[in-house]
Amino acid sequence: MTDTRKPVESLLTDYDIFEPSFIANPYPGYSEIRESECPIAHTDRYQGSWLPTRYEDVVALAQEYEVFTSRGILVMPPPPGQAEGAYGGVAAPPITSDPPDHHWHRRLILPVFAPQAVAKYEQGTKDLCNALIDEFIDKGTADAAADYAQHIPVRVISTMLGVPFDMEEEFTDWVRGVLENMHDLERRKRSRQSIIEFFLAQVEDRKKNPRDNDLITELLNTEVEGKKVPIEYVLGVCNLMLVAGIDTTWSAIGSVMWHMAQHPEHRKQLRENDDLWPTAIEELLRVYAPVTMARIVDRDIEFQGCPMKAGDRVLMAFPAANRDPRQFENPDEVILDREHNRHVAFGSGIHRCAGSNLARLEVRIALQTWLERIPEFELVDPASVTWAGGQVHGPRSCMVKF
Amino acid sequence: MGSCHGHQMCAIAAPEVFGSDELGNATVLIAGDIPAELEGKARRAEANCPERAIIISE
Ligand code: HEM
Ligand code: SF4
Repeated sequence: MTDTRKPVESLLTDYDIFEPSFIANPYPGYSEIRESECPIAHTDRYQGSWLPTRYEDVVALAQEYEVFTSRGILVMPPPPGQAEGAYGGVAAPPITSDPPDHHWHRRLILPVFAPQAVAKYEQGTKDLCNALIDEFIDKGTADAAADYAQHIPVRVISTMLGVPFDMEEEFTDWVRGVLENMHDLERRKRSRQSIIEFFLAQVEDRKKNPRDNDLITELLNTEVEGKKVPIEYVLGVCNLMLVAGIDTTWSAIGSVMWHMAQHPEHRKQLRENDDLWPTAIEELLRVYAPVTMARIVDRDIEFQGCPMKAGDRVLMAFPAANRDPRQFENPDEVILDREHNRHVAFGSGIHRCAGSNLARLEVRIALQTWLERIPEFELVDPASVTWAGGQVHGPRSCMVKF
Repeated sequence: MGSCHGHQMCAIAAPEVFGSDELGNATVLIAGDIPAELEGKARRAEANCPERAIIISE
């Protein structure tokens, strides 16, 4: 693809989150904006948006959900003719919901993701990681992103939704169509349509053949105030599980693998100290936070001196917040036993990631299983690593040798 | 725990002091005062809660 984009004049007034060097490494750009006289940048690109970069501002915006609404959460507006956040009336509750509905939309799925509830996926995730490693361990080389990270969350989600593993390729393609390649409007539309049609068929199947211990069956039977939940809600949750649970977690695992390939001292620290794991995972999630969300401004408001207008888009740059030196000492450094880590990789406030306990489990098991089998490894060529960015940041190809 | 949104970072910092209910929100596992040997961990939990939902009183 030839790049016809117009060069960025100033990050403060013309940033481009889909510019290739920004995709590969957005941190210097975030830092330049954060330390400028205007830490909330603006661009006219992609129909315009604001980009706050300081921790304090990002968290404050996340708490003000009445002004900064979730009716649009994508960093780039949807194709013409497609409603914001929805396809044929199907959204992605609770991420696209605002109060008051947000409360029950979220409440219904929380039990599925509580720490006790996700613990049952630990062994399955481990088996799955081992099976992936079996495929390449004798070769002495592997793509830690495409051969490993990419396959883990999609299979875990397929298990949760009770759909066959052989949908893996389609799921991956659809999710990338919706998130990573959102500037390709045709592909985005097609991907959304495929997701909804697929789950519509699943729902029809469960109505005829209800299953035990099955999320879709349970959702269909859930009642709120004496009434069965609408079918759009069930479809929306399935849609959300794909778009929120796959690309995000795979990007986090990929970045962690990329980091570990370059840091033998961190591999050693983890090998020698089991107690370090929980804080280490939080620290890696802080530094490599993959997800940026958006908000739509509800009414004209001045926020930190910025004149925001109703309908404006604000990017919730959690990755930028996580590297603010006002909040984190030596923010660009990975300190596996960091004492104070109020990171917001999973967001903040009412929309804060509902799947975080599952995500943490997957990242930990992926790294632990790899390190048990392949304790020493390195990048084949740092320059050949490729990245996705914009809404979700992580490596898409990351060749390592061992 | 009014502003708790279930980050579970408290339970990661101090598993002896904080647990989780069936929604993933924090519960306090200890009744009354925090034993001296757990105070450090409890303070760490306080300092790691992104919602500032934990306040340890003297
Ligand atoms: C490392 C992996 C992950 C990261 C970094 C991540 C990040 C986030 C972030 C930043 C939000 C907040 C959105 C906002 O403020 O608008 C969010 C929301 C959400 N995430 Fe995750 N996520 C991850 C994995 C998962 C997984 C595995 C699932 C479940 C399958 C999941 C389910 C959700 C749900 C349901 C919400 C919406 C909560 C609400 O709106 O109330 N996430 N996630
Ligand atoms: S860290 Fe804070 S928000 Fe998270 S579960 Fe604990 S008390 Fe709740």
